[in-house]
Amino acid sequence: MSDDESQSRVAIGISFGNSYSSIASTNNDGNTIVIANEDGDRQIPSMLSYVSGEEFHGQQAKSQLVRNPTNTVAYFRDFIGQDFKSIDPTPCSGSAHPKAGSDGATFNIKDTEEDSENTRTISEITTRHLKRLQTSASDYLGKGVNAAVITVPTNFTDKQKEALTASAKEAGIEVLQYIHEPVSAVLAYDARPDAKLSDKIVVVVDIGGIRTDVTVIASRGGLYSILATAHDYDVSGAQFDQALMDHFAKEFIKKHKTDPREDKRALAKLKLESEAVKKALSIGTNASFSVESLVSGIDFTSTINRTRFELIGNKYFASISRLALSAVEKAGLDPLDVSEIICSGGSSHTPKVARSLQSAFPEGIPVLAPATSPTSLNPSELAVRGAAIQASLISEFETEDIDQSTHPMVTAAPHLGKAIGILSISGDESSGVFRPLVEAHTPVPVRRTAQIAVPREGGDVLIKICEGVSQIKVSTPAPQPKAEKKDDEDEDSDEDDSEDEPEEVRERVWKAETVLSEAALRGVKKGAKVEVQLDVAADLSVRVTLRQVGDKGGKGLIGNIKGSAKENGHAS
Amino acid sequence: MATITISLPLPVLPEGWTAEKDFKAVGEVSAATNRSIEPVGPHFLAHARRKRHRRTFSEDDRIQAQENVKSVEDQDAGEISEPEDQVMLQREAKDWKGQDHYAVLGITKYRWRATEDQIKRAHRKKVLKHHPDKKAAAGGTEDDQFFKCIQKATEVLSDPVRRRQYDSVDEAADVEPPTKKQTQKGNFYKLWGPVFAAESRFSKIQPVPQLGNDKSTKEEVDEFYNFWYNFDSWRSFEYLDEDVPDDNESRDQRRHMERKNLNARKKRKTEDSARLRKLVDDALALDERIKKFRQEEHARKNKKRLEREAEQKKAAEDAAKAKEEEAKKQAEKDAAEKAGKADAKKAKEQAKNAVKKNKRVIRGAVKDANYFATSGDASASQIDGALNDVDLLISKQDPDELAAWTAKLDGKKDAVIIKQIFDEEVKTLKDAGKIKDGELKTL
Ligand SMILES: Nc1ncnc2c1ncn2[C@@H]1O[C@H](COP(=O)(O)OP(=O)(O)OP(=O)(O)O)[C@@H](O)[C@H]1O
Ligand SMILES: [Mg+2]
Repeated sequence: MSDDESQSRVAIGISFGNSYSSIASTNNDGNTIVIANEDGDRQIPSMLSYVSGEEFHGQQAKSQLVRNPTNTVAYFRDFIGQDFKSIDPTPCSGSAHPKAGSDGATFNIKDTEEDSENTRTISEITTRHLKRLQTSASDYLGKGVNAAVITVPTNFTDKQKEALTASAKEAGIEVLQYIHEPVSAVLAYDARPDAKLSDKIVVVVDIGGIRTDVTVIASRGGLYSILATAHDYDVSGAQFDQALMDHFAKEFIKKHKTDPREDKRALAKLKLESEAVKKALSIGTNASFSVESLVSGIDFTSTINRTRFELIGNKYFASISRLALSAVEKAGLDPLDVSEIICSGGSSHTPKVARSLQSAFPEGIPVLAPATSPTSLNPSELAVRGAAIQASLISEFETEDIDQSTHPMVTAAPHLGKAIGILSISGDESSGVFRPLVEAHTPVPVRRTAQIAVPREGGDVLIKICEGVSQIKVSTPAPQPKAEKKDDEDEDSDEDDSEDEPEEVRERVWKAETVLSEAALRGVKKGAKVEVQLDVAADLSVRVTLRQVGDKGGKGLIGNIKGSAKENGHAS
Repeated sequence: MATITISLPLPVLPEGWTAEKDFKAVGEVSAATNRSIEPVGPHFLAHARRKRHRRTFSEDDRIQAQENVKSVEDQDAGEISEPEDQVMLQREAKDWKGQDHYAVLGITKYRWRATEDQIKRAHRKKVLKHHPDKKAAAGGTEDDQFFKCIQKATEVLSDPVRRRQYDSVDEAADVEPPTKKQTQKGNFYKLWGPVFAAESRFSKIQPVPQLGNDKSTKEEVDEFYNFWYNFDSWRSFEYLDEDVPDDNESRDQRRHMERKNLNARKKRKTEDSARLRKLVDDALALDERIKKFRQEEHARKNKKRLEREAEQKKAAEDAAKAKEEEAKKQAEKDAAEKAGKADAKKAKEQAKNAVKKNKRVIRGAVKDANYFATSGDASASQIDGALNDVDLLISKQDPDELAAWTAKLDGKKDAVIIKQIFDEEVKTLKDAGKIKDGELKTL
């Protein structure tokens, strides 16, 4: 791209969900702004609706689901670039149904002034949707948006990306890069000014409208690697809506003896209002349901409190927690290995979702969601914020450059199987205490530095570099001494036993394994510190650099541990 | 990354530790896994810059790099694909209670073993195929009955509580126990192992001890039967409840139905416990290991008894022998004693004879010495006196002394010499205080 071109490049971040899309941009101060469209919405329903040739988009299109469902296209993002046989038409039950086209799904809609149906491909629909987003962004920015970083699920295929790129191009948008939704969410958090760079295992639980995705990410010095994913198309916001719909439908039946779910239009109204009630219950503990003329002219109002909602939705909340735990297991980790849980996606607003996760995971693991963390970011905006940040990072690069940098040649890297660290207190692996310098799942090459205390009197110290693994130690605390027995105690002693069963305590402990090297640093001063620097190369060789902190004279020491792999080795 | 601070002190260098230049490499870093770093964020840009630094990658390298990365998305391993039975596809959704939910989702080879993830993926696979929109596209009818069956199956199987209720009555997962005849003809472990493996699914306590084989130890077998006789089952039977009429019906009717269902559940639960108990009884009765262990136990006890008996016998024998020996010894001793006595008698006799003989010799000597008469024939009183004196002397001497005396007199005929010998004897006896002066008349 020539200078001219890159100067005229206006890039934004786009999160393109099945249910909602968002657009964001980073301003000159480095702040990320999530842009509201002309309706004032930052979560813009990914829907298009046509009435007499007029195109409605976003919330306006969504409102058309009641009167004009067959000419309203919704929940189509996952269809992009897919064969018809691979798509799940279920979410489209209340809008235009997908049909089998020659190249994937199509929709038959009356989108012109004429009263005739036209077959529109997914690509065309996608282009139209992106165009509307682009227009909203351009209006806000005051300049024509022509490039974007777009977030996609981790299982979005290359074929799907190609299709989306083509549709975007039709809309006049150059896709600078696709980034994975959960990674984008992590970036949004890590880009906060007060965020500290640290090695952590992050579980991103993205609960959207029609799908829930869990991603386990190793974050190592700001480099993100996905360890495992889990997808669920059966439990997400739509099921919460459904639970409320069923609840209100039953209320209605009690009063009016007819099931509003049997009437398509009533069903659509019920669904829209249920979603609104659900959102209201994210903030308030009570919400009122009100639909004019639900069935045969009957207006229906009702109220529900949050507790009730949490009760009827509980099996879904529990299911999401199980999904998260299963992803952690898939990654070969223990829940105790998790550093934090990021709740992403609109349904993360529902307080019980976050609380349920909080209680499913070991105590003390932060769950970043509105209900469980006062400093959390808006879960609906995480993906788009990350996309905007990424866009600002790369928008100056030439396209060729971006392509090169995102190629597996650059992204593929050996990730350490075990942590590498030092033994403190004792040089004996069984009694010494292992402290990691480089965690497992860290991509190499990598450098880590640590400063370590020395024995009280200083002197000669042993620096033993080892591999270590974290293990889960399970212990059962000694049972509390029983309260003094009363005379009639015998009868219910059975009960007592089960109640008194002490809970297992699980904790994560390090265990030193293979010793990699031994070194001596002699004559270390009292109260001094020793600096250990490890440079692990791509061939898994390690350079160990040792010195006494502040010892400018340089009595330092450098040693090498031979590598066991060829560079760019094979996956194992 | 910021420098890590470790406040635990480094170990003191052990006495005698040496290495060339104070460093020695000992091991190697474990194998790494090739993964993809997400090309996102400022730190990745730095990484990319380092990695690409003045380098161009060949097309081969690029393709290889891509292939070597470990995938984090599930590949469909084809584990969820079973032929669909025509009869099943014709099912009516309203009969969902009677359907085999695992068959509907095509995971009959897993059943209660299916993970939640497998159920989800199976469901999705079925949805993609049987959604009414798909049927319509294929020119079929918009019949959504089987699709609804799929939804019902998923609804039941993806809810842990309802799934247990269904698994409780999923007879297709049962393994019928073999009959006695079958067991006797076949391999006990092959025949009964799967029965217990299948029953294990109902145990609240997991893992469940399994049947094992003929190599199992007595402890293992004991533990196995112990566990199964105290089986704590989560099996319950609400899935078989008869429908309770909804709100419209009379309340009494409902209560009645509910009570009926409750009783039916209880009854089935009791029957199930009895069934399991019998099953374990049957297995136990046919389990050769029990017999084997009993025999072994028997043999062990027998061995002990035999050993004890042998010991007792030996002890008895030993005692008898000892007694015999004792008796023998006694007899010998007695005999010896007896013999001793006879000898002594003989000796005594001999001694007596010797004494007699000696006395005779001495007396003869007195005669030879003419009864110590100084001249002429000895007078009768001289003879008497001399013989009295000799008798006195003899009486004062023990047989040995007599013998010695006799020996001195042996062959002596001369009266003077004989008198001399007698005088010596007298003197000796006098010195010994055996004879007092005046006692002797002639000597
Ligand atoms: N404040 C809120 N409280 C509860 N639920 C909310 C709230 N805001 C949005 N949602 C729900 O979040 C869901 C949409 O999530 P999101 O915006 O992440 O959708 P998406 O990324 O398009 O997801 P998908 O692709 O799964 O449909 C909807 O079900 C919506 O009702
Ligand atoms: Mg989403």
